[in-house]
Amino acid sequence: MKRVVITGQGTINALGRNVPETLDAMREGRSGIGPLEFRDVERLSIRIGGQVRDFVPEKEFNRQQIALYDRFTQFTLIAAKEALEQSGISFEGELAARSGVVLGTAGGGVNTWDENYRTVYEDGKNRVHPFVVPKLMNNAAASHVSITYNLQGPSYTVATACASSNHAMGQAFNMIRSGMVPAMVTGGSESMLCFGGVKAWEGLRVMSRDACRPFSANRNGMVQGEGAAVFVFEELEHAQARGADILAEVVGFAMSSDAADIVMPSKRGAAKAISGAVRDAGVNPEEIGYINAHGTGTAANDKTECAAVAEVFGRHADRLMISSTKSMHGHLIGGTGAVELLACVMALQEGVIAPTIGYEEPDPECSLDVVPNVAREAKVDVVLSNAFAFGGLNAVLALRKFP
Amino acid sequence: MADTVKSKVISIIAEQAALDISDVKPEASLEDLGIDSLALVESIFSIEETFDITVPFNANNPEESEFDISSVSSIIKAVEGLVAAQAA
Repeated sequence: MKRVVITGQGTINALGRNVPETLDAMREGRSGIGPLEFRDVERLSIRIGGQVRDFVPEKEFNRQQIALYDRFTQFTLIAAKEALEQSGISFEGELAARSGVVLGTAGGGVNTWDENYRTVYEDGKNRVHPFVVPKLMNNAAASHVSITYNLQGPSYTVATACASSNHAMGQAFNMIRSGMVPAMVTGGSESMLCFGGVKAWEGLRVMSRDACRPFSANRNGMVQGEGAAVFVFEELEHAQARGADILAEVVGFAMSSDAADIVMPSKRGAAKAISGAVRDAGVNPEEIGYINAHGTGTAANDKTECAAVAEVFGRHADRLMISSTKSMHGHLIGGTGAVELLACVMALQEGVIAPTIGYEEPDPECSLDVVPNVAREAKVDVVLSNAFAFGGLNAVLALRKFP
Repeated sequence: MADTVKSKVISIIAEQAALDISDVKPEASLEDLGIDSLALVESIFSIEETFDITVPFNANNPEESEFDISSVSSIIKAVEGLVAAQAA
C-alpha cells in the first residue's frame, strides 16, 4: 500500500480568508460567528452564523466566471488556489491524466436555487438565467477545480450531509493508497447562509439563537457557517521526488452507518467509525492525542459523541484532548470536515490544540478534556477528525505527524 | 375557545402518535404516547400552523423552553396561553 501525505491546504471561512488567518483565529480562540447579513434576514428567528463577511466576488473573479460560479464554487476555487500554490504541484502530462478532485458538499449551489426561486415565484418572472443548472449542481465546484487545474482523472462530489467532506477526503486517501491515482485535490465547501437555507434549518429547531457552545451544559444548538477548505493529497514518494513540503500524513479512514434514525445520532455507529479509523491507521488507541470532534453544540450530538469516545478509548478517553472548532467557525455542513482538518494539521505541525470556545458549564455527560476556551500547547503524534451526519452516516479520518 | 384549542391539540397529537383521539389522555406524557423527537417537532409545526402562533421551543433544551411539553394537558395550557396572548 502507498503512503499518503498532505502537501498543500487552503481555506476561506468565517475565521479568515486563508489558512494563516484561520489558524491565528483558532490559536486565539476567536469567534467568527455574528449577526447574519442577507436579504429577508428579519423574517428568520435564527439570525446568527459564521458568515464570510465583506466578500466581494467581483474582486476575485471576472464577470463570466461569476455567471457560472455559485458562492460555494467561488469559495472552493479560492481555497484550491491557496492549496495548490502551497503544494507547488503542477498537473501536466501523466500526472494530470491520472489525478482528480473529490469534494464534499451537502447543498451545492443553495444560493442559486434560492435566488432563482425568488425570480420565478416571488417576482413572478418567467425566465431565469441560462446557467442556473451548471451553477447550482453539486458537482460544479469539483468540475471547476478540474477545469482550472487540468485534472483529468477521477473527479466527483460526495453528498453525505455533515460528513460530506470527510467522506470525500477518505475517498481521496484510499484512491492514492491503493495506487489508483498519484494525487488528489480534496476537501469540501458549503454556502447555505441565505434566507431559504437558514429557514429550512430553523424548522428542525436544533439551532441556537445566541452561540455554539459544544460540550457545555448550557449548550442550546448548532450555528451554521459557510466556506471551504481544500487539500492536496499526494502519494509520499511522488511528493518526496519533487521535494515538496509535507504537512502531515493521512494514515487511516473508516466509515459506518447507524442504520437507525434519520436525525438522532447513535453511539454504536459513531464508535464503529472511530475505532475503525484507529485500526485502519495501524496505531494503538493510546497513541491518539487529539480528536477534532463533530461537536455540533446540540444536546444529542455532543453527549452521544462523548459516550462513543469513552467507549472506544476506555481510560485513555480521559487523557486525550477533544475540541470542537465549530464553536468558532460554525457548522459548515458539507464543508465542515475540511475546515476542521486544518485544526488537525495545526495540532500535528505546530503542537497547538484549537480550543472549544463558548464553554461555560461542565456537563457530566461530556466529561472529557474539551480544551475549553483557550488553545493549548501539546505534542501529539496521531489525531482523528470526526464527522457524523444526519442520516446516520459517519466518517472518521486519522492523521499522523510527518516525519 | 378553550374546548376548541383542546380538541385541536389532541387531534394533532393523536395524528402524530397514530392513535385514536380517545386514547390521548390529558395526563399522558408524549413519551407515553410514543411521540419521538421528530414527531414532536412536527407536532409543534402543526400547532403553529393551526393556530397561527409561534411556539418558543428548542429541541436542545425542551425542559428550559417556555413551552411546557411535559404532558398533553401542559401543551394544551401553553397553546391556550399563546392563543390568548395573540388575541390580546
